[in-house]
Amino acid sequence: MQFFLEVLIGGLLSGVLYALVALGFVLIFKASGVFNFAQGAMVFFAALTFVGFTEVLPGWTGLEEGGGVVFWLAFVLALVSMVVLGIATEKIVLRPLVNQPPITLFMATIGLSYLVEGIAQGIWGANVRGLELGIEDVPIEYMLEHHNILISSFDLFAAALAGVLVGSLALFFQYTKVGRALRAVADDHQAALSIGIPLQHIWAIVWGVAGFVALVAGLIWGARNGVQFALTFTALKALPVLILGGFTSVPGAIVGGLIIGASEKLAEVYVGPFVGGGIESWFPYVLALLFLLVRPEGLFGERHIDRV
Amino acid sequence: MFYREAGQFKASYQADQQIFPIVQDRVGIAIVIAVAALVIPVIANEYWLKAILVPVLIFSLAAIGLNILTGYAGQLSLGSAAFMAVGAFGAYNFMLRIDGMPFLVALVLGGLAAAAVGVLFGLPSLRIKGFYLAVATLAAQFFIVWALVKFPWFSNYSSSGVITAQDIVILGYTFDGPVAKYLLTLAIVVVLALMAKNLVRTSTGRAWMAVRDMDVAAEVIGIRPMRTKLIAFAVSSFYCGVAGGLYAFTYLGTVEPEGFNLDLSFRILFMIIIGGVGSIMGSFLGAAFIVLLPIFLDNVIPHLFGNLFSASFASNLQLIVFGGLIIFFLIVEPHGLARLWQIGKEKLRLWPFPH
Repeated sequence: MQFFLEVLIGGLLSGVLYALVALGFVLIFKASGVFNFAQGAMVFFAALTFVGFTEVLPGWTGLEEGGGVVFWLAFVLALVSMVVLGIATEKIVLRPLVNQPPITLFMATIGLSYLVEGIAQGIWGANVRGLELGIEDVPIEYMLEHHNILISSFDLFAAALAGVLVGSLALFFQYTKVGRALRAVADDHQAALSIGIPLQHIWAIVWGVAGFVALVAGLIWGARNGVQFALTFTALKALPVLILGGFTSVPGAIVGGLIIGASEKLAEVYVGPFVGGGIESWFPYVLALLFLLVRPEGLFGERHIDRV
Repeated sequence: MFYREAGQFKASYQADQQIFPIVQDRVGIAIVIAVAALVIPVIANEYWLKAILVPVLIFSLAAIGLNILTGYAGQLSLGSAAFMAVGAFGAYNFMLRIDGMPFLVALVLGGLAAAAVGVLFGLPSLRIKGFYLAVATLAAQFFIVWALVKFPWFSNYSSSGVITAQDIVILGYTFDGPVAKYLLTLAIVVVLALMAKNLVRTSTGRAWMAVRDMDVAAEVIGIRPMRTKLIAFAVSSFYCGVAGGLYAFTYLGTVEPEGFNLDLSFRILFMIIIGGVGSIMGSFLGAAFIVLLPIFLDNVIPHLFGNLFSASFASNLQLIVFGGLIIFFLIVEPHGLARLWQIGKEKLRLWPFPH
């Protein structure tokens, strides 16, 4: 039982990370209807840019290496780069493709992911880097002593951060003017346009916000597994999360992430040994596939009605 | 002046229904095939045959397969490399386990195995469509590669999952030199490409296009979506499977499951985007473009910039150029190289009096 709980909690916490990637994706899909395959590449770009800045900043400015100033400066610079990247994407790639079929936009984002990966590695180099957030990856002693369950404090921190992020995004969407405009655009482009919401500004903002989410996801992922190219593959796991949760639902992304994270770890531990292990690589996809057969629009997605 | 259909009267149904109704097209295709079969083996050196022409042909076949599914039937797939893997390992195992199995039969059986797997993973397409389906096909991609690695039976218990293709013997003749392998590949690809060209204008092909354009409307006018979609998956996977078999037997010789990864699937997808979605001709153009581009970049960058860039940066530059070109093509010419070809033909019809 204890072992089961440990696996379950470990899975849930890694699911939080999937959810973070999926979140950036949902934001863009909701607002502009673009299936942004490049979200994984953006996460990689963000993490690499952050690490790159922490490495070069002490040399440029004479600040103390590994200090708090460098950390925050690098964070701000990485954030600025992500926002610039997001807005540039919107302006250069997506604006000329307005009114193309969704499949064309999707393929454009596949091209974009190659482009972003190439640029990131071209600027910062391709070697694996470590990323320090200053949070130790040690088991929480209280849980270990009293309940004999091993939970990493880092994972817990990541989960808390994800919670804060989702909470603040929800507040942002609910109570700010820009947030309301975003929701209006997500609801109906044409109606939003007709009441004077500048669609293209909104899209630029959404891409900027998605860049911010990608940065947070990239930092946590990077601190966990090191900043490396494999990050983009892990980010692909966000896709079954989206299927499960529905493409347009923020809570769906979170719940889907938790389900995928938990079930893939449980499957690996309890089913894996019977078939030779390593089923983590495909289990989420098959799970999502089976789920789709029952509910094609995902857990929280909007039901789609076809009309001729 | 020379390229026009004026004056070519069709006096029989047979003449009206040929694959290439215009004489100039027929002559052109015949010349291209004749040059490919007779002239190229004489003038091309081993490097060209082995590293460029054979992979271009094989990827053209795979691209035709994906084009049938995505371009004609409108079902986006990200798992074409996995179906190639099924074809490659299927052909290998049929050769290995059945004594005296002829190569061509094994290749076709490998393709049929891929078709069966394709139908299996195509089943969800009956319920889901669009992006959901694209993600679902990722399941095929990851599951098949995993299964080929995990169950050593598929690779005849070789330690690393690598298989070495058997010798190709047809009617007692062994195809071992690069020229022989090239000609064999060419023959198979030409036959299958003509079949595909023919297939997309049959009732099946028209049903695919109807489903692609609007599946509800297609259903209303009496096209059975289930049958149509599953046939598309089967035919597409068959083409990919045969391409995979050729990839193992006439191109690389030794393959491993990991070679058929997601990256390869994307490459095939890029081929049909750049070549032209919904065009057999475009599959060839796109495959040639995607195979030649890295070779071109590898050779040109050092000449242009000397040793300014390191090798790792050059590989990143390749990613950047790849991604950039995809976006460029989608923005400038969403219908790909095939559309440019078509525009060229239109121009040629009017030339030299464009008014």
